[in-house]
Amino acid sequence: MTTPQLFFAYFAVAIIGMSVLVVTRRNPVHSVLWMLVLFVHIAALYLFLNAEFLAAIQIIIYAGAILVLFLFVIMLLNLRKEEIEIKFQKQWPVGMGIGIVFIIFFVLIIGKITVIPPPGEYTVKFVQSEGSIMTIGKVLYTEYLLPFEIASLILLVAIIGAVVLAKKKIS
Amino acid sequence: MVPLSWYIVLSAVVFSIGVFGFLARRNLIIIFISIELMLNSVNISLAAFSHYLQSMKGQILVFFVITVAAAEAAIGLAILIAFYRNNPTVKVDEINLLKG
Repeated sequence: MTTPQLFFAYFAVAIIGMSVLVVTRRNPVHSVLWMLVLFVHIAALYLFLNAEFLAAIQIIIYAGAILVLFLFVIMLLNLRKEEIEIKFQKQWPVGMGIGIVFIIFFVLIIGKITVIPPPGEYTVKFVQSEGSIMTIGKVLYTEYLLPFEIASLILLVAIIGAVVLAKKKIS
Repeated sequence: MVPLSWYIVLSAVVFSIGVFGFLARRNLIIIFISIELMLNSVNISLAAFSHYLQSMKGQILVFFVITVAAAEAAIGLAILIAFYRNNPTVKVDEINLLKG
């Protein structure tokens, strides 16, 4: 195994292990903290794929905003550790069965993909010469301008919705 | 050189773990977290394809997926807080007011 493959193997095993830990912890704060380490590993995987802007955005937005939101809500609702209660629903073997079927399906069928890429224009050399941010900016503001503006509208709706829903009614 | 199929298999396994967490846990917060896990697995797959097909479209789509995931997490948690005021529970099998 070459060195990049070895590093990828560590990241892959760590990501899978940590995602299992995320969904099986009893304490929701522990789940959120494992998810934080998981997101940092995924950002490192983006660095493998020559996408530095995505790695930075992943850490800033996911680890810095969404996880903090989760932690605030957990502490606001004052969720105690589920000591005596059961943590899984009573039909959890169905969930496990569906997950295993998905894994077998994906590994056997999609894992055999060999891509012969047509030579695209955004080769690694081109992106690295201009910088990842400049390349994404050029594509985002010319070809994908409308989705970009719609994304800003989505965020506006989310802000208004969250404020209206979580406001306390003063009677 | 890491083959593309390794990235796809990793994305699929993380997605399946997210599906298991979504279907099998009682705590609503963990269900929201499993949704974020599924979205992240799709992001890995998109970034891998963007790298191996030498295109920028995958990375742009990751950008939009992260945006929508943030908006959806915010609104989902706001709904949870609004619901928690009436019925102080986060277990999904106790949220059965509309049950016939």
